[in-house]
Amino acid sequence: MTYVGIIITFVFIENFILTKFLGLCPFIGVSRNVESAVGMGFAVIFVMSLASLITWAIYNLILIPLNITFLQTITFILVIASLVQFVEMTIQKISPPLYRALGIYLPLITTNCAILGIALIAVQYEYDAMGSFIAGFSAGVGFFLALLLMSTIRERLDLEWVPKPFRGVSIAFISGGLMALAFMAFDKALLRNLIG
Amino acid sequence: MPLLKILYSFISVTSIGGVLGLGLAIASKLLQVKRDEKLMSLEETLPGLNCGACGYAGCSQYAEAIVKENEELTLCGPGGQDTASELADLMGVKIEISIEKKVTQVHCRGGQATSEYLYSYRGVMDCNAMYLLFEGDKVCKYGCLGLGSCIKVCPTDAIDYDEEGLVWVDRDKCISCGKCIDVCPTGVMKWVPYSADYIVACNSRDKASVVKKYCSVGCTGCKRCEKKSPEGGFVVEDYLATIDYKAKGERENAADDCPSKCIIPAVKTATKVST
Repeated sequence: MTYVGIIITFVFIENFILTKFLGLCPFIGVSRNVESAVGMGFAVIFVMSLASLITWAIYNLILIPLNITFLQTITFILVIASLVQFVEMTIQKISPPLYRALGIYLPLITTNCAILGIALIAVQYEYDAMGSFIAGFSAGVGFFLALLLMSTIRERLDLEWVPKPFRGVSIAFISGGLMALAFMAFDKALLRNLIG
Repeated sequence: MPLLKILYSFISVTSIGGVLGLGLAIASKLLQVKRDEKLMSLEETLPGLNCGACGYAGCSQYAEAIVKENEELTLCGPGGQDTASELADLMGVKIEISIEKKVTQVHCRGGQATSEYLYSYRGVMDCNAMYLLFEGDKVCKYGCLGLGSCIKVCPTDAIDYDEEGLVWVDRDKCISCGKCIDVCPTGVMKWVPYSADYIVACNSRDKASVVKKYCSVGCTGCKRCEKKSPEGGFVVEDYLATIDYKAKGERENAADDCPSKCIIPAVKTATKVST
């Protein structure tokens, strides 16, 4: 598959939030306003790209030669957790407002299934190093896209009258479900028509 | 060669972990952020509940606003006066403390024995869910629905059913976060000052003839409390008595004389043994 194909696949067809339903915690938690959604989106893009590249290296350079691929989950978690710690420290140093905006959700990237998901999926699809990186990046972009759409929707929802039992997270999940329905329109056929 | 495989697994995981741990240790030294000591002590003074009652996202954000933007020191609801004066000590300023702790209370004592019901509710045990069905199972549309959504949302277990099976707030455990007020669909949960001696335990704004039909402990708006305790701050509006707590006069006469006995002490003195 070409790199363009990988990008289209992970941004639209296999959008992590809206078709694979991974990483729903930040999707609901950080989508209250556009500003923090953008910050979280960039953090996820950054972590996902790095994580998929590094996990590719570890998988192909350590786990496969030693024939211990069964350790992929535990090593990936280890790598992702420390990577997120590192990103957190860097952001705290460089941009305290962004650090505050991300709040609890940055440490939550540590155990975010979307990050582990892209690492495992990139390995499963047997991409090369560049392919893994691009897959991670575009999965992050897909995450960013869903988060951004959701946050703009929720900013408008704040101004609307919503029946009391649906207020807050409930209406967010319902809107998310409807968005997921719309994203189901992107499928493999689109890819075939676009790039053959 | 299972033994070799175990060895490889052990070595690779240990070395990956070791390298990453060492890297993080070095990074944390290099990227250390110096924190303001005043900020730290302010944060320690604040309750740390992150309830958001001050208008900031959490206690640390409020502390930062105090240091950087000279935010007022009296915004912390759960901490109340004590926290405000401690903050003032730390900041080296004198403040006029005139805030009194507010607590919430359920302004309704209508239960199975005293109120008329429209139907028997068997749905999800949540007030807001029940409210969707004809605004609750009681004939009275203002009262406590009694399914305890406020009990679930309360962060400090201040709200519970009392010995009569009615929802009641323990004012000593209440931290004034106001979450129960937000969740309550009927608005029967209302603020009262911590020092309040009596409350009007009714929220019904229906006319006397209507109230009498569906509830034996509802306020009919007879204005007898206004006459019996003129200094007590009783105001009857929309067929419902309310107390203006700025008035410091006695309220006992009014409570004794209330025909439906809906003016009740704000604190339960002796725990009644249910018969």
